[in-house]
Amino acid sequence: MTSVYRTKDGGRIQRGKPLRFTFDGRALQGVEGDTLASALLANGIHLVGRSFKYHRPRGILSAGADEPNALVGVRRDAARYTPNLRATQVELYDGLEAESQNRWPSLALDTGALNGLISPFIPAGFYYKTFMWPRKAWDSLYEPFIRAAAGLGRAPTQADPDRYLNRYAHCDVLIAGAGPAGLSAALTAARSGARVILCDEQSEFGGSLLAETSATIEGLPAQVWLQEAIAELAGNPRVVLLPRTTAFGYFAHNLIGLNQRVTDHLAVPSAEQPRERLWQVRAKEVILCAGALERPLVFPGNDRPGILLADSARTYLNRYGVRPGKRVVIITAHDGAYRAALDLHAAGVEIAAIADVRATADGPAPQAARQAGLPIRLRTTITGTRGGLRVEGVSLAAMDGGPSQSVACDAVLMSGGFTPSVHLFSQSRGKLDWDPAAQSFLPGRSAERERSAGASRGLFGLAEVLADGAAAGADAVAAAGLTPPAPRRLEASGIDLGTDGFLGALPGAGAPGAKAFVDWQNDVTAKDLLLATREGFRSIEHIKRYTTTGMATDQGKTSNMNALGVVSEALGTPIPAVGLTTFRMPYTPVTFGSLAATSRGVLFDPVRTTPIHDWAAAQGAVFEDVGLWKRARYFPRGGEDMDAAVARECLAVRSGVGVFDATTLGKIEVVGPDAAKFMNRLYVNAWTKLAPGRSRYGVLLRDDGFIFDDGVVGRVAEDRFHVTTTTGGAPRVLAMMEDYLQTEWPDLNVWLTSTTEQWAVIAVQGPQARQVLEGLVEGIDLSAEALPHMSLTEGKICGVPTRLFRMSFTGELGFEVNVPTSHGRAVWEAIWAAGQPHGMVAYGTETMHVLRAEKGYIIVGQETDGTVTPDDAGLSWAIGRTKADYVGKRSLAREAMNAPDRKQLVGLYTQNPSVVIEEGSQVVADARQQIPMRPIGHVSSSYMSATLGRSIALALVSGGRARMGQTLFVPTADGEVAVTVTSPVFYDQEGVRVNA
Amino acid sequence: MLLITCPYCGPRPELEFAYGGQAHIARPQQPADLNDDAWAEHLYMRDNAKGAHAERWRHTHGCARFFNAVRDTGSDRILATYETGTPRPAAGDLVGGAA
Repeated sequence: MTSVYRTKDGGRIQRGKPLRFTFDGRALQGVEGDTLASALLANGIHLVGRSFKYHRPRGILSAGADEPNALVGVRRDAARYTPNLRATQVELYDGLEAESQNRWPSLALDTGALNGLISPFIPAGFYYKTFMWPRKAWDSLYEPFIRAAAGLGRAPTQADPDRYLNRYAHCDVLIAGAGPAGLSAALTAARSGARVILCDEQSEFGGSLLAETSATIEGLPAQVWLQEAIAELAGNPRVVLLPRTTAFGYFAHNLIGLNQRVTDHLAVPSAEQPRERLWQVRAKEVILCAGALERPLVFPGNDRPGILLADSARTYLNRYGVRPGKRVVIITAHDGAYRAALDLHAAGVEIAAIADVRATADGPAPQAARQAGLPIRLRTTITGTRGGLRVEGVSLAAMDGGPSQSVACDAVLMSGGFTPSVHLFSQSRGKLDWDPAAQSFLPGRSAERERSAGASRGLFGLAEVLADGAAAGADAVAAAGLTPPAPRRLEASGIDLGTDGFLGALPGAGAPGAKAFVDWQNDVTAKDLLLATREGFRSIEHIKRYTTTGMATDQGKTSNMNALGVVSEALGTPIPAVGLTTFRMPYTPVTFGSLAATSRGVLFDPVRTTPIHDWAAAQGAVFEDVGLWKRARYFPRGGEDMDAAVARECLAVRSGVGVFDATTLGKIEVVGPDAAKFMNRLYVNAWTKLAPGRSRYGVLLRDDGFIFDDGVVGRVAEDRFHVTTTTGGAPRVLAMMEDYLQTEWPDLNVWLTSTTEQWAVIAVQGPQARQVLEGLVEGIDLSAEALPHMSLTEGKICGVPTRLFRMSFTGELGFEVNVPTSHGRAVWEAIWAAGQPHGMVAYGTETMHVLRAEKGYIIVGQETDGTVTPDDAGLSWAIGRTKADYVGKRSLAREAMNAPDRKQLVGLYTQNPSVVIEEGSQVVADARQQIPMRPIGHVSSSYMSATLGRSIALALVSGGRARMGQTLFVPTADGEVAVTVTSPVFYDQEGVRVNA
Repeated sequence: MLLITCPYCGPRPELEFAYGGQAHIARPQQPADLNDDAWAEHLYMRDNAKGAHAERWRHTHGCARFFNAVRDTGSDRILATYETGTPRPAAGDLVGGAA
């Protein structure tokens, strides 16, 4: 390697395996084991993006999931482009193409940076204050402007060709995070025989141990111990190890969502493997070992490229063999930065200054730094930084003011201490407690069966963390009902770094012209937060929304605690009183592909088809979705449009015969000695006297008195009813029946069975229907005397058993032939063949709708909307008056249910017969009244009737039955349409045809 | 997703179940005997407890049986499940004791 920033040896990279990659088209080289971020740093590149609001040049800040700046798009091919990936988590592969985001025309020259010059004019809440008025400007000016300027990466333009899978899993103990605490917990749990799942978002297990150079565990160098620990776990068949797997969500009752990235790190992904796998793990017990995140310090100019977190810099050096610069300045409130300084110093990086904002620093790391001769300045802060696309120097000054001194450097490392990662704990609805000593929110009372261990609960010493992990493992195992092994303390040596830190903004952050960033990703400065408090905001929840701090895709991982510190100081309120915003899933962004998994394309939603579907498709039927069903809507012939096809189909049914696939109707078999009693209690109708072989139009109400469903019910035998429901209503009707049967009337001996899928239903309708069927049935007399309207019989058709109903939803002589589904297609084709001499047409749902509307038959959900009573719909005749009770009866007795001004079903004739009103239109009595007009009803169905040679409509109109002959109006966009109120039965009012 | 123990089938994920509203509300034997207020009370008025709440669930995509559960509406913990028609368990018989 030629780069001066890459060390000669050390780290977990393989220098002998170079990898080519490009960044914004520039060809670069990294090595096996690099992340995109470490490879860029190895090439001396810090500038990787532009900030969201001010388009300020930004560099890599961190080395992990908390990265707010280095968001990149990674492209494999035209269809495989993933925006907004954190470069710190993108594993390098040969041929990787990455590009920066939020810049135009280029990263180095970005015209959006002009926003920085006008930044005094775009303070916190700018959008709320500015884009308010005039209202007209929103559509034409503000929204297009905001849309163009907003957002980070661009979405891919092609459908995602990759495969995503999901799976469910169960385990005794799930451990999120495989650092020292997680590994120690996993070893303990696994040795107890527990089924363990251990996941970690990184490519390798080990967490902080991966950057460890000097610590030892059980007498072994930490990284050797790590290797042995992983080998032991990998050799245990009851342990599932999931690297590259983020525990992104903690859901109720210990359901954990894991996002496993299977192939993103491979140069040539195998076609056999999914790109990602979504795991839904139900764990008996959970151990959260999420570690801690280093906090930045808030000082003026703290966002220049080249300024990064101290422990991240140490990770780049020790794990990836990359120096962050040649000459660095360190600013810290925590001993950890000294350890980073020592490691960098040993790697040949010049330490220009260590500015410590604290008054004392006497821990082992500062002592060692002193002995190494590093220039330490206590009570010192940074009051400003220099540089354009890369930091060139800083101004150091005493914490309490005084003159500043300029120090040249090409990198600044900062550490404000560590914030325990309590995201998953908080998602589990556990209670966070403020620990004044640790200056941190730590896990308090649990809401789920989980416990935290290690740094995620504020413990930082290596020996302490390992012991804590082991204890958590034992606790979880015991809680899962297994016997934990005898406690064994792991000997470990590591440098004690203490728990110091700083929350809030350093002196000078509020100075004129200063830009001291709290939230890098959303460009929120300390001054923005101070402004919000001056404008009267007090709750952190309000301040967050007003300033957008912590609301970016990183959810404030690096910023939330500093924002709290700034607000707390400004308000003079202690941090726990200011509050903490809620952590929500996902911990880091999850692709839609992963969440959708296989639920896309034909697998997105189940599709229900009838046995006649393929026949209809072959006939050129146009289908519509009705619930999950595909139903033939109409059968166009020779270039017909829908209106022409429907007109032809309607006339054919009225004059000859048509055949219709009614298979989708819901069907429920109600059987048992108490079947009639059950039907009596449920439906409004009287069933006791209905003879076997006869059927009735049934109306089902809810107990509030409103129509719930309807359908023809046939009594097959004394103890057996064949109940039909609407196509969409079948599941809810069965659920309601089961509800009453199981919970209100368990004394009734009745069985309910859904038979929707068992019967194919072929409706044969029209004056010639009888002739068509006559030659096909065996042992069935189809004559009007033997099989009158609303009756049924059993026998055979085309050699197969049938339940044959004489019924009609068209107003014509009609039959509904029920045959077992497996015979549906054959019987349909036989009927079709027999019908051809009679000019039979196949008709679809659209024609069915028109034919029933001509007869004033309602459709539940079209004429009814959950507020329509049987009387409103003109169905009072169906009610069994002498019954003491049925579901809904008591409600129908309420005064309001019988008010004369209730909306009642009527017919409407447009005065111009060629006008078809839009369904859903409102009906008014006076078209000249002022807007807003007072509607007295609405149009529920509206069609052109070929039979009548004019348009018809059904409407629910206040006091409608008393308005026969009145002229009302339907206001439309093109002016009002005058209509005449009429009977809802437009055709064959005497019902002669149906009884033929 | 809740983990609900069907009294007939055992623990199953929430997506197998349908919620059925508050438990232990019996439909009056003679609704006609109730005045409008009493009927409205039966139809519409429900508890909105913070804490233990007895409610109906149906194992729709399992045994299809209705049953009752006591759930802590604050924590979503299921404190007990029991068969329809049996009385609500005493507080001491709930998971974790009194709730």
